[in-house]
Amino acid sequence: MKKLLAAFIGSLALASAPVALSAEATKELKMAYDADPVTLDIHEQLSGGILQLSHMSFDPLVRWTKDLDFEPRLAESWERVDENTMRFKLREGVKFHSGNELTTKDVKFTYDRLKESQDFKAIFKPFSGINIIDDYTFELVTSEPFPLLLNTATYIFPLDSEFYSGETEDGKMKGAILKHGNSFASGNLSGTGPYKVTSRQQGVRMEFERFANYWDEESPGNVKKIVLTPIKENNTRVSALLSGGVDFIAPVPPTDLDRIKRDKNSELVTMSGTRIILFHMNQDRVEAFKNPKVRQAVAYAINQEGIAAKIMKGFATPAAQLSPAGYQGYNESLKPRYDVKKAQQLMKEAGYEDGFTITMMAPNNRYVNDDKIAQAAAAMLARINIKVDLKTLPKAQYWPEFDNRSGDMMLIGWHADTEDSANFYEFLTFCTEAGSGAGQYNAGNYCNPEIDALVAKASVETDIAKRTAMLQEVEQRLYDDAAFIPLHWQDLAWASKKNVKIEPILNVMNFPYLGDLVVE
Amino acid sequence: MFVISVIAFAIQDGLGDPLQEMVGMSVSMEEREALREELGLNDSMVVQYLRFAGKAIQGDLGNSYFYGKPTLTVIAEHLPATLELVIGASLIIMLLSVPIGVYAAIRPQAWLAKFFMGVSTVGISIPVFLTAIVLIQIYSIGITVEWFPVDSGWGQWLNGALSTDGGMPSYGRGDDLKHLFGTWNSGFFSELGLMHLVLPCVSLASIMLPLFIRLIRAEMMEVLQSDYIRYARAKGLSSARINFLHALKNTMLPVITVGGVQVGVMVAYTILTETVFQWPGVGLMFLEAITRSDIPLIVAYLMVVGLIFVITNTLVDLVYGLVNPTVKLTGKKA
Repeated sequence: MKKLLAAFIGSLALASAPVALSAEATKELKMAYDADPVTLDIHEQLSGGILQLSHMSFDPLVRWTKDLDFEPRLAESWERVDENTMRFKLREGVKFHSGNELTTKDVKFTYDRLKESQDFKAIFKPFSGINIIDDYTFELVTSEPFPLLLNTATYIFPLDSEFYSGETEDGKMKGAILKHGNSFASGNLSGTGPYKVTSRQQGVRMEFERFANYWDEESPGNVKKIVLTPIKENNTRVSALLSGGVDFIAPVPPTDLDRIKRDKNSELVTMSGTRIILFHMNQDRVEAFKNPKVRQAVAYAINQEGIAAKIMKGFATPAAQLSPAGYQGYNESLKPRYDVKKAQQLMKEAGYEDGFTITMMAPNNRYVNDDKIAQAAAAMLARINIKVDLKTLPKAQYWPEFDNRSGDMMLIGWHADTEDSANFYEFLTFCTEAGSGAGQYNAGNYCNPEIDALVAKASVETDIAKRTAMLQEVEQRLYDDAAFIPLHWQDLAWASKKNVKIEPILNVMNFPYLGDLVVE
Repeated sequence: MFVISVIAFAIQDGLGDPLQEMVGMSVSMEEREALREELGLNDSMVVQYLRFAGKAIQGDLGNSYFYGKPTLTVIAEHLPATLELVIGASLIIMLLSVPIGVYAAIRPQAWLAKFFMGVSTVGISIPVFLTAIVLIQIYSIGITVEWFPVDSGWGQWLNGALSTDGGMPSYGRGDDLKHLFGTWNSGFFSELGLMHLVLPCVSLASIMLPLFIRLIRAEMMEVLQSDYIRYARAKGLSSARINFLHALKNTMLPVITVGGVQVGVMVAYTILTETVFQWPGVGLMFLEAITRSDIPLIVAYLMVVGLIFVITNTLVDLVYGLVNPTVKLTGKKA
């Protein structure tokens, strides 16, 4: 009897230990996004949804703060050893969901896997290797001085190497990254993050539970269970919040902002985003676009502020450059230059007073109000006698057209994966070069080797002040040259019930840090 | 089925490039080309179709790009939700259309009958997604009416009577599903599950209900004119017996035919209803498959829905033979 009692008390003590830890986390959160993560393998696809999942179930080495600074997470500290090497100290005593402990071998495993991943390998191209010093110290080595090393480290979410190694029962590699088809990693996950995935029915619902042994004991988060339902239809998502079916929704469609503001039980948070929307003017297709005066005329004819106010209902920040505020390349002096008189004058000087006809293409379900923006732009161009033949397409059909550059003016939105200005230029304004991927989305075929050289120089400059000056010069020159027509940065919006304090955990990258969410 | 598969396959070119949904923006052209080759998207249409047909004959309709699972498994997971929706809506239609239709036929001049017919005309002309949105606004979110003076007693009463509290679930199927068999988790056996069914079923039913009321009314009126009813009246049978036994039986014959076909149509209408209510059925799945250009899933869905049409129509023909003794199935002894 005594033995039994002792055993009973013993088990009670054991059982109560994790309970005591997670005692504060008691709340349940129901949330609705427009889509659920495509896969549980965070290296399978580079997309907003996957990164949101990464921040729930994994932790990065460092992460962005609200004002675009770095905050140590799994990496406790870091220091530059030499120009090409950064040494990181890993946090000790961090546990994975599986119970394994995090060491540098997991970081190495993750790094190697990222180098393999089709979607991520481009970001990790500057890295030449990883040196393991001991269990908790490692170095990341780049082939050239790399100013964006920490930016890139926000993409390293260490995976549980033991969990993802070996073979499944039917003999498949557990660590394999499979774009299509079912891999072990696309259905199972073990990270260090605040939430474990407890059940998942793709496209229907996903359940998370707070990880009892989560390392970050200072996190104020008190949510024990999260139920994520994808609700694609904008109206339904908003209705679900207003009717109390869910506690937190994102994104909020611009047409419903007022409706949520009026509702006394809901709270709306908006932020100026970092995704730039712009038009390219294809110089290979239209002779006139080779003339900088014509390009400037187009730039003067488009009323960015009008589009942001009327079509986007104030839900966008008018842009005159690619880099949003907070990025190194952001040049404060550049302002939208709407002036029809000036535009007409420039057309006259260029010898195109009578105008010409062009084709324009835009997606109609990719960005907020994309088709309406294109219509408005077409109408604005009519005032300088450029007749526009507009075609809008669903995104699945638009991108193949975009890859073929089959419109004279084409709309695109771009978010810099690295949260850095250089990424914009490399993809959107660099001279197109098939092999290297430079200028892959430069549908204007604009090409200025001088600017490209300047960006390349900035890309190996580790002195922030110097680099900032270079990147701002790039923006200025692109502006003077009217290399493209920037429109606006799309704003972001989230909404929740009043008792769900989402404001502190949101950021412009749109990775809500749900681990730190407080529900009252 | 062969024709469906060819058509489904032929439209895929217009659907766009499935790769766009599978890779990030910064993936290079070469990588994309490699993946396209791996998926067999570079082969000619005929080669792709033959490969598909060869497998389809063995019951393998390919893997969904998005779900990474066999398409039939994906459909099997989503089909129960749609079937429940259709069953729920059919029940509402059956329980309401027969009494209302019969009543409107027997007393065509009655005030109530005219009211029903008027409402059904309006009902038939409102698109289903609008009905759904209005239902959500009224019963889920709730509305507050302040049209009448608040300081007077009657004003307050009217305001109160016209306002609703909301509270009905507006999306999904709820947490409380009971497992029946296979992939079928049912919402019919719990209060929460039923609550979630109400609004979607009502809005789905709203499009068919007026049709059936009008159909039953028209058929019934025609039957009531026929000779055998008049003889029955002359014979002195009670009007209840005439109306509900003799007349109704013959009224239902064409209704069953139309009903059978309409069940198939209803599966198609679920696309709209499911989108508005985020109902995790095949309709929503299909719509998302289109935006993602998930071609194998689209083809498989069209084939499955085609199959459902074939089966329901066959069943209707068989049932018809049972109800109407004048119809003889060939090969059956007279």
